[in-house]
Amino acid sequence: MFQRLDDPSADDVSFTFDGQQLQARQGENLAAALIAAGVVSTRSTPVSGAPRGPFCMMGACYDCVVEINGETVQACMTAVTDGLQVQRVTGGVDD
Amino acid sequence: MTEVDLIILGAGPAGMTAARTAAEGGATVLLIDEQTSPGGQIYRSIQNVSDQRAAILGPDYGQGRPLAEALDHSNISVDYAATVWRVDEDGSVVYSIGGQARQAKGRHLIVATGALERPTPVPGWTLPGVMTAGAAQILLKSSGIVPERAVLAGAGPLLYLIACQLITAGFPPALLVETQTRGNFFKALKYLPGALRAWPYINKGREMLRQISEAGVPRYTGAKDIVIAGDGCVAGIAFTVAGRRYDIACETVLLHSGVVPNTQITRSLRLDHDWDDRQLCFYPRTDDWGVTSNPVVSVAGDGAGIGGATAANLGGKLAALGALKALGKIDATARDAKAVPLRAALSRETAIRPFLDTLYRPADDLRKPADDVVICRCEEVVAGDIRRYAKLGCTGPNQAKAFGRSGMGPCQGRYCGLTVTEILAEANGLPPSDVGYYHIRSPLKPVSLGELASLADDNNHEE
Repeated sequence: MFQRLDDPSADDVSFTFDGQQLQARQGENLAAALIAAGVVSTRSTPVSGAPRGPFCMMGACYDCVVEINGETVQACMTAVTDGLQVQRVTGGVDD
Repeated sequence: MTEVDLIILGAGPAGMTAARTAAEGGATVLLIDEQTSPGGQIYRSIQNVSDQRAAILGPDYGQGRPLAEALDHSNISVDYAATVWRVDEDGSVVYSIGGQARQAKGRHLIVATGALERPTPVPGWTLPGVMTAGAAQILLKSSGIVPERAVLAGAGPLLYLIACQLITAGFPPALLVETQTRGNFFKALKYLPGALRAWPYINKGREMLRQISEAGVPRYTGAKDIVIAGDGCVAGIAFTVAGRRYDIACETVLLHSGVVPNTQITRSLRLDHDWDDRQLCFYPRTDDWGVTSNPVVSVAGDGAGIGGATAANLGGKLAALGALKALGKIDATARDAKAVPLRAALSRETAIRPFLDTLYRPADDLRKPADDVVICRCEEVVAGDIRRYAKLGCTGPNQAKAFGRSGMGPCQGRYCGLTVTEILAEANGLPPSDVGYYHIRSPLKPVSLGELASLADDNNHEE
């Protein structure tokens, strides 16, 4: 588990991951927000269906890809906004 | 299309100091970075951290603040949140911001894209809950998020730094599993006299080890046969020290085996690269000013040679002086005079590297793992696949792509390239320099058809 050093009550926006409502900070890194909310696995691989989660946090590994508005994006390169709807990627990671 | 004297890719220490130095020398500079604010990974979020977080991260981290503030100069424009997906040999760059593609051309180009963590392929390293040690630092810097009772595994000073930062934050790691052996230590001893020129680093290292010891965090050194176990996510880590097997429950494992130059852009430009046997990676070949085999392209910072943030700061200034000379903004005499103190400082700064590289040299079985270990995370290719391709006559990484797709996933070989090179080198009895590396082509990062189409719009507006 991961913990926030800053006051957790400062979470001011909500977003959804596969329909589950989660709290975060406006503009926060989406991968960080998912980790802080206790989401460990964020996708499954196209080859074997193995679960994966954020790995490098710097936009290099593509293990944290998620789907937003039908587009595959890197969660660690995306900012959280209020009402953001995020889906788990379970197929190919290319568009 | 934007046209400037100098385009700099990457706003870490090298890119930031290069930008300021070039701007002061009269060059117009466009600095491009993937993140939303300056600092690179080492000074990530330097302009946005709370005082509490800055205190945890320590004074070295704080050194990034003046570098970021120095970007405020009339000759410098910065594009943040920009994904560079094509760089051409004439110094032109194609990148996207918010899904919109743009083009820019520099008379000179400095690549300051830093380092990536060397992959640490152990069984279970693809499980959710395993991250790079650098990723945990980014979580701390950018979001103030810390792991509870993490296990830190691998080798290198970054493990100690993160351990100390987590201890200071009140979330000490459960333990450190370190792969360096007494043999490493004895081999490194001969470099100790040279390393003493960089004595502040030796002192910092001793201080970090003291803090870890005082916090009661156990360190296991000489660890072998590391296995991360779990069904769906990390449940524990097992390893052997001095013949005894340890099996420890945990939820988070942070891996680290040092950092290696990020050569995606320099490879895509087909620049000359050399294998470094001590640092076990490829570097773009550069002269004293960071200029590569293409005279309009320079490399500065860790991308030109792993030396850390302060060395990158100095390297950025040197590369900018070289660029100013190439641009006709200063003459050779002025350039050389300004470089003298920088080179002296750089020599002191990098004096510790041979000692550190030898002491924390990643073990053979981490670079060339057992057959059943996944080495290409994207395409889930295992080490045994690469050895099988070698038996079938595969001599190089590019052929390996055709045999089984290693390096062809979205990360484009960033986390398997060196492993594939070293496995093929061993299997074919060749030096890594002869085996070579993947051909890297644009797009350097996956790009949507919409972004490609927006490039046509960008061009039309120009006409």
